[in-house]
Amino acid sequence: MKKRILFFSLIIGLTVSAFFGTEEATTYIAIKGAHIIPVVGEDIPEGTILINGNRIEGLGKDIPIPPGAKIVDASGLYAYPGMIDGYCYLGLSEIGSIAATNDYRETGRINPQVKATEALRPDSMHIPIARANGITAALVAPSGGFIAGQSGLIKLTGWTPEEMVIRSPVAMQVEFPAMIRAGFRREEAPREEASKQVVELKDWLNKARYYQKRKEAAARNLLLPFPEFDETLESLLPVANGDLPLMISVQAEKDIRAAIKFVQEEKLKAIFYGVSQGWKVAEEIKKADIPVVFGSLNNMPPSWEDGYDSLYRNPSVLQKAGVKIAFSSQSASSAKDLPYHAAKAAAFGLDKREALNAVTIYPAQIFGVSDIMGSLEKGKLANIVLADGDLLELRTSVHKVFIEGKEADLSNRFTELLDKFKKRDEERKLEEK
Amino acid sequence: MKEADMNKKVLAFFLGTIITIIPCFSAGGNLLIKNGTILTVTKGSLPKGDILIVGGVIRQIGENIEAPEGVRVIDASGKYVIPGIIDSHTHIALSGTNEMGEAITPEVNMSEVIQAEDLSIFTALSGGVTMVHTMHGSGNPIGGQNITLKMKWGRPAEELIVPQAYKTLKFALGENPKQASRPAFGGGSQRYPASRMGVNAIIRKKLLEAKNYMLQWERYLEAKKSKNPPKTLFPPRKDLRLEALAELLRGNLLARCHSYRADESLEFIDLSKEFGFKIACFEHIPEAFKITRELRREGIGISVFLDNWAYKVEASEGIAYSAAYCTRNGVLVSINSDGGERIRRLFNDAGKAMKYGGLTEEEALKLITINPAIQLGVEKIAGSLEVGKHGDVAVFNEHPLSAYTRCEMTIVEGDVYFDRNQYLKEREDAEKRGKDMKKPGGEK
Repeated sequence: MKKRILFFSLIIGLTVSAFFGTEEATTYIAIKGAHIIPVVGEDIPEGTILINGNRIEGLGKDIPIPPGAKIVDASGLYAYPGMIDGYCYLGLSEIGSIAATNDYRETGRINPQVKATEALRPDSMHIPIARANGITAALVAPSGGFIAGQSGLIKLTGWTPEEMVIRSPVAMQVEFPAMIRAGFRREEAPREEASKQVVELKDWLNKARYYQKRKEAAARNLLLPFPEFDETLESLLPVANGDLPLMISVQAEKDIRAAIKFVQEEKLKAIFYGVSQGWKVAEEIKKADIPVVFGSLNNMPPSWEDGYDSLYRNPSVLQKAGVKIAFSSQSASSAKDLPYHAAKAAAFGLDKREALNAVTIYPAQIFGVSDIMGSLEKGKLANIVLADGDLLELRTSVHKVFIEGKEADLSNRFTELLDKFKKRDEERKLEEK
Repeated sequence: MKEADMNKKVLAFFLGTIITIIPCFSAGGNLLIKNGTILTVTKGSLPKGDILIVGGVIRQIGENIEAPEGVRVIDASGKYVIPGIIDSHTHIALSGTNEMGEAITPEVNMSEVIQAEDLSIFTALSGGVTMVHTMHGSGNPIGGQNITLKMKWGRPAEELIVPQAYKTLKFALGENPKQASRPAFGGGSQRYPASRMGVNAIIRKKLLEAKNYMLQWERYLEAKKSKNPPKTLFPPRKDLRLEALAELLRGNLLARCHSYRADESLEFIDLSKEFGFKIACFEHIPEAFKITRELRREGIGISVFLDNWAYKVEASEGIAYSAAYCTRNGVLVSINSDGGERIRRLFNDAGKAMKYGGLTEEEALKLITINPAIQLGVEKIAGSLEVGKHGDVAVFNEHPLSAYTRCEMTIVEGDVYFDRNQYLKEREDAEKRGKDMKKPGGEK
């Protein structure tokens, strides 16, 4: 029997190394005994996840473990796919009030040429804190102005921006006017009409298309002048052609309607962001088949008449209407709190499993990376979180995080400072003895 | 379009009235909450118990309590019943926060600018909060006098005030009073002080002035008592600013000091010893975990954010573990909101203290109930569910420290001020009415 297993694993080992052509690829890690919540597929009350290199090779109740595999005992723990933050400033902002540390906003209104991932600071103090709470990937986005720039998807590990970027650009960020609320008790302040911005945006896209035509015509006919290089139009071309999604930050009911109409008329790929009054137009959003990423739920409702709980129940209403939803931290320093936005929505009507989906597989689908992440499935990247309870619960502790098959360091500025000053109290206790 | 706007206004009106109507349905301070899981915070928990409130005061906690005649009964089966949450540091329900005209303004009193109609009171109730310490801002080294209020939404300002609470005076150190966001050397504010040196110096100077002022009055009163007071004996000039500081030095006002860095907090402790005034609490103090030894020795509590940090340099070492770590090292800790949004999720912050530092459920709940009550000097009337204390209660659908929980009902002195079910029902009615209103001209 033993011989037979050995023989088979030898065969498997040989084929795998033949396939990858390297011996490193056969570094197996077997996470044993965890209650596996794969998000896609049935829960496995006590099973094994086998990691080979950076991928999940298999998971199930009884998975043969190749000899030499590193065994991780996860009994009593829950295994989840790593969470994905749908919008944040990780690596782009350190200390809010210090401009020198903020790189998520460019000057002016029209900046389609800027890329968030090109300002990414891999050793931001906020990244390890988010990672230690089970977040393994995040959309980092520029904000401010009208066309804010290009967002990108990063993994929360790596020494250089290049090592961290999964895909960039993921979307072109555009911001329709926010609903200005000077204070909860005050009336909504007058604001710029979104319809004006729609006209402006259409104009930009048409210019970009015309610019493209001129380039193409010039390429065919040497006698035609080749257009001057235009950075703005060049950057907008992938959007105008429908290749790069437009991620539109839009809040008010009326503006959402205008945005839907615009996206459909221009035949664009789109993702909506924020959408605080989405619950008022859930059916329309569903019909247009536009996914939604929510901003932080830790805000007051944009207008009092929406009800005190409007931001909390908004995700539930949209999800029930069939809209694909995802949550975001909308932050750098609070990026670790991503799961609690989802849980808050669950407290106000969202199905708990849908809440989990909306921080894992749904954002992966929205950003076009569900083939490699968002769930624990054979062949996907091994982004795995081992926690001692419900991943969205406040009291749950994350014990281990694997990103692309590698166990991540969970120490961070919180733990480092705590350890440093614990020493002072330990000294005191010694003195007292 | 006009009709839509009209409908919105009608809806807003109805929603507005709902909220004002709620207190009118109260049973006049008599209430029986039945069959809830009762977490008393100080006296353990009852898996299934009742609380009888009569005349606004808890009269009985136990099982199978009969409702006296005419007392409204609330069925809390399957729900969690906890003491009303107390926010030790916020700025809601005020029509002003900072008197920025000068750096030293202890004469201003927040009790004179209470805004009872501030919707933040309703927001607080929707998060189970029944009492707040609402404070002068942190713009001045010595700010104004603060006030403690009950969240009796719809009642006039004077009925909100909690007379039993400590009288407190706001101090502030560090970046805010030195106006770091408007640096004096970058062409911004030219106000003194502009450094931590100046902040300390100006506080000391004013306290010395106050001592001098007190001495002048003592001398005057002494002279007046003498057998033959001179005809030229005039009382010293009354100075309300120094009068307030004299009250601090006499121990009638307690200092609540906004501080961030460990070092500046230690300096302030030294000042308090130099002048013999009492510090009730340090506010925010993200670096408290660095000086648990001193805080414990001096018996000074801290009122903190659980993990809101890195919004400025002095907050960039504010670790999420601090609240639990300080608790375990003998410091009295409360979690505050500082404002009108966080105030409705203080129970979430308390839950995080279990994750970051491993507090027990009871220890975590204390951070938002009995601990802030002790800091405000109201632990005899609030902060836990005990016979004889005020009937200030919050009801949650799931365990209040769970991320999935939701506040269902908030009760102040036996009156229901927030009832989610009723809110939903009336919102639905208002929306229906809105639709009815739309029919005549809206659908063509």
